[in-house]
Amino acid sequence: MFEVESSTRIERSSVMPGTEELIINMGPQHPSTHGVLRVILRLDGETVTDCDCDIGFLHRGTEKIGENITYTMFIPYTDRLDYIAAPSSNLAWVTAVEKLFGWEIPMRAHYIRSLVAEFSRISSHLLWLATHALDIGAMTVFLWCFREREMVLDLFETAFGARLTVNAFRLGGLFQDVPQKFLDLSQEFADLFPGRIGDYETLLTDNRIWLQRTRGIGVISADDAIDLSLTGPVLRGSGVRWDIRRAEPYAAYPYLDFVVPVGENGDVYDRYLVRIEEMRQSTRIIQQCLAQLPKGPVSCKVPRTIKPPAGEVYHSIENPKGEFGFYLVSDGSETPYRVRIRPPSFVNLGGLKKLVLGGLVADVVAIIGSIDIVLGECDR
Amino acid sequence: MPDEAQSNGQEEGSAPAAAQAPPAQDLRELVEREYAGTILEQSAYKDMADEATLVVRLDALPQVGSLLRDHPSARFRLLSDLTAAHFPAEERPFHVVYHLYSFDHNRRLRLKVKAHEGEQVPSVVSVWSGANWMEREVFDLFGVSFKGHPDLRRILLPEDWGSHPLRKDYPLEGRGERVYTKPRRKEYGE
Repeated sequence: MFEVESSTRIERSSVMPGTEELIINMGPQHPSTHGVLRVILRLDGETVTDCDCDIGFLHRGTEKIGENITYTMFIPYTDRLDYIAAPSSNLAWVTAVEKLFGWEIPMRAHYIRSLVAEFSRISSHLLWLATHALDIGAMTVFLWCFREREMVLDLFETAFGARLTVNAFRLGGLFQDVPQKFLDLSQEFADLFPGRIGDYETLLTDNRIWLQRTRGIGVISADDAIDLSLTGPVLRGSGVRWDIRRAEPYAAYPYLDFVVPVGENGDVYDRYLVRIEEMRQSTRIIQQCLAQLPKGPVSCKVPRTIKPPAGEVYHSIENPKGEFGFYLVSDGSETPYRVRIRPPSFVNLGGLKKLVLGGLVADVVAIIGSIDIVLGECDR
Repeated sequence: MPDEAQSNGQEEGSAPAAAQAPPAQDLRELVEREYAGTILEQSAYKDMADEATLVVRLDALPQVGSLLRDHPSARFRLLSDLTAAHFPAEERPFHVVYHLYSFDHNRRLRLKVKAHEGEQVPSVVSVWSGANWMEREVFDLFGVSFKGHPDLRRILLPEDWGSHPLRKDYPLEGRGERVYTKPRRKEYGE
C-alpha cells in the first residue's frame, strides 16, 4: 500500500509542469492604477516578489515652464498638478511666493482660503473613496461619493467660475470676494455632509468583505513610513500625528479647531479610517470658517510688477495627499530662477515597493488605492 | 501673517538660546563638534528660522546626514524634499538641496552641497530611504550622478532621452526629441 502511494506521488511530480516566476504588467491603462501608472510585478504564484513602477507618462516639464513665466502666470499651472484638489495646489504656490515677499494677507482672504482648501480636501477624499471602493468591488459607494463631490464642484463654480481647474487664489489674496450664494450653499453642504459620511460608513466600516480586503493589507510601521518620506494620510495611518496645518500653520489654521486623526496598524483599513475622519474634521473647519468669517478686504496691495528679492524659500502645505511644497529660488527678476514642486504622490508612490512586497497580487490594487496618488502631480 | 505664525511656531520648537544667534547656529556647532570643517556656509533667507541653510562639504554629506538624523538635539528623521538647482556661472554649478524636517523639535533645515560638472554626489539612500526616487529624479532632470545609489535610472523621461531638461542650457522648447515623423505608408502595389 505504502509503495503504491509513493510511486504515484513520484509519477505525479514528474508530470507536474515546472514552476517559474511570472512577470506581469499592470497599466499604464489599467483602471485601478488611477491614471497612467505602469507597475511591473514579479510574482511567485500569487505572491509579489518584486515591484517596479514606470512613471512619467504625464511629464509636462512644469518646473521648466515655471522658470520661464512670471509668478502670477504660474498659478493656473498649479491647477494642473493635483487636478483633484486644485485649490490646494494654488494655495501652496501663493503662500510660497508670499513667504518670499513677506506680504501681510488680509484675514478674510485667509479664512476663505482655508474654507476652499478644506472643500478641495473633501472633494479629493470623496474621489479617493469612490475609486478605492470601486477597485475593491463596492459600486454603491462610488455613486454616493460622486453625488456629494458634484455639490462641491458646483460650489467651486459658484465662487470661481470653474469646476475642476479653479485658479482660485491670487498672489496677495483673492481675485475678488466670494458671492453670498457661495457662503449659503457652503453652509447647506456643511450641515448635510456629516450624515452622508455616516452613510458611506454604514456601507464599508463594518462590512465583512471590506474588512477582509483591507485589514492587515499593505502594513507599514511608523519608522519605515518616516524613513521612506511618506506624508499625509499614509503617514498618519501608521500612527504619526503630524499635520502641517497643525505643526506649521498657514492661512487661517492657527485660529481653527480640529483634530488630527491617526491610525494604529498602518494598513489599508487604517488609512481609510483616517481619511474618513479627515472629511469630518474638514466639515468642522468649514463650519468654523463660515461662523468666524471676518469682514474686510480680500487682497493686500500688490505691486503691478511682481519682483521678489533674491533668495530661496521652501514652503509646504498639507495637501489631501500629503506634504505639497514649493522650493523657490529667486534671482530678483520677474521670473523665478528655479521652481521645485515637492510632490506628495511621487514620494508616496516611491514607498509602494515596500508596501506590496510579500503580499498578494490582488492586494496591489487595494494598496495603490490606499496611497491615493494623482499622476498629474506625480509626473509634473 | 502666515509667516508670523510660522516663525512663532518655529521659535517655540527651537532652543530659546538661539533667539539672538543666526538660525541653525546650534546645529552648525553640533556638526562642527563631530566633523570639523564640514560646514562651508551658513545662511537663512531674511533670518527666518525655517529657512536655515547649511552648505555641507560634498564628501561629508552622508555622515552629517546620519548625525543630524540620530542626534537627540536634531532628530531630522524626515527627508522632506531632495532637489537641485543649476547655476552655470558658478565654479560648482550643481547645488543639490535637501530639506529636512524634525518631528521632535518641529523644525526644518536645508542642507546643500555644491558639485562640479560630472562630479558624483554621495547618495543619502542609506540615511533616508525616501531619497531613492528623488535622487533618480535629480539624475534624470539635471544629470547629477549619485555615488552608492542602489538603482540609478531615469525616472520621468524615457531611457533614451539623452539630455537633462532642467539644466539652464536646455531650451524651453526642447531639442527636437519629441519630433515624431510618421513612417511613410507603402502604397498599393509598391
